[in-house]
Amino acid sequence: MTIEAKYGVPVVAMHTDKFDRVAASVARVNGMPGLRQVFVPQPIMGKTAAQLRAYVDGTDPITGRPVMQEVVEGLTRPIANAEGVEYDRSTPRLVPADTAENLEQLFLESHWTDGLPVVLPTEARVEAMLAATKRKRDEVVGRMRSTHFREYWEYTVEKVAVNAVMAGARPAYFPVILALAATGVTARSSSSSAMAAMAVVNGPVRAEIGMNAGIGAMGPYNHANATIGRAYGLLSQNGQGGSIPGLSYMGNQGNSYAYNSLTFAENEERSPWTPFHTEHGLRAGDSAVSVFSGVRSTAFTLGLPAKHWREHVGHMLRGMDPHGPPTLLLDPIAARQFVDRGGFTTKDALADWLYDTARMRASEYWDYQLIQNYIYPRATFGEEPWAGKLKAAPDERVPMFKRDDIHVVVVGGESNGYWRIMGCNYQKTVAVDEWR
Amino acid sequence: MTDTLTVLNPMGYPPKVTPKPLAPRLSTLDGKTIYLVDCRFDDSDVFLGQMQAWFREHMPAVTTVMKRISSVYLQDDPTTWEEIKARAHAAIIGVGH
Repeated sequence: MTIEAKYGVPVVAMHTDKFDRVAASVARVNGMPGLRQVFVPQPIMGKTAAQLRAYVDGTDPITGRPVMQEVVEGLTRPIANAEGVEYDRSTPRLVPADTAENLEQLFLESHWTDGLPVVLPTEARVEAMLAATKRKRDEVVGRMRSTHFREYWEYTVEKVAVNAVMAGARPAYFPVILALAATGVTARSSSSSAMAAMAVVNGPVRAEIGMNAGIGAMGPYNHANATIGRAYGLLSQNGQGGSIPGLSYMGNQGNSYAYNSLTFAENEERSPWTPFHTEHGLRAGDSAVSVFSGVRSTAFTLGLPAKHWREHVGHMLRGMDPHGPPTLLLDPIAARQFVDRGGFTTKDALADWLYDTARMRASEYWDYQLIQNYIYPRATFGEEPWAGKLKAAPDERVPMFKRDDIHVVVVGGESNGYWRIMGCNYQKTVAVDEWR
Repeated sequence: MTDTLTVLNPMGYPPKVTPKPLAPRLSTLDGKTIYLVDCRFDDSDVFLGQMQAWFREHMPAVTTVMKRISSVYLQDDPTTWEEIKARAHAAIIGVGH
């Protein structure tokens, strides 16, 4: 679209057929509904040259017309007057009054929910939520979009309150939910990789609102953990303008972590290390939320056996996709074992060791599809630390991750020393106290 | 009579859509240069290579140039767009997924 609009060069955009609704929608909301787009079958990945030549010689699965005829016509067919349009979109504050049963059905059919029943956001319930913050209802909290290609939508304090009510959250949780909204990091990425988000809460607010950092912290056993995370997800999908499969959500398998965006409190009291938020500019006495995106891959084990713990951890790290850096989620028992076995008296010391341990042969590293898609292009243009890896011999063992992308969080109730690695990307930490 | 409720709409506020013009189309591709722009996702380069072969076989009067974007598709690439504007009459970009 940039080449067309800014540089004045006629373009045909090629897509795979699974993305026809997405491509049409993105063109429309970018003011270019007449963008010439041609489709070929999905997938492109892994097909031979001969198979892809058959795509070129074949027909567009959306229109049924020959692909190359559409390409040539896309560059030569004159433009109709109506191919660029301007229009206003608005979001009415209220939904037309109806029965509770009909409204619940409307919310479901409008894709405003996560498929589960919601608490209907009546004016009284929303007012009660708004009373939990000094911020004005019409103040813009942030903006989100589901992917790089889509436009940002914005949301106010009142919109966040509406979604918090729907999630079943109590007003006492509202400052935490507002802080999550203020990150501007969507919990409803449209990525075909089926991302979820993760939210870690630190500081005094954990105890104030009864969050769980112990047994079952990451499961469906605590009202605050469950509904804060659900509110973050609902706010994301509605605040950004939707998360509809095939249109604005393309996660191929989906991700059950998205039901509550894996929201929990760090077990600061039983951790041998400093709280997570203090590593990101806040004081221990501050309350904060930290968000991670791209939550997809996991590895898990029990404790750190004395003889081969280094090898076990190394195997776990190499089991992750190198495009999803590791955040260790350690039960306090496992955290103390890392101190005892490895002498890691700080999270940084542990992360340094993880960085050095997570290595694989350069030829294998560069062969990962996500590394080819997202890292190799940057490496070829000299961006470090990846450019240096291009110089490695095929059998040289290169680091899988950037050191700064490796994190450690302590969570769990010491019913055993199980722990896991979550493949995800830390995004940012926001103070909760500013949203009280 | 069944009780009714008034509830609030949970959707955020979208930006206004403003039109962006399409570039004028070409009267013919003969004698023209078309850039085949590889967005570097999955095996797009292999696909565009096959499209380039198709042009050689079916429209030999068209000059095609394979061009990879400078980085990942998530980043704007004005250097490549400037090159296309300077040297190409049209572009085919792919493959979006």
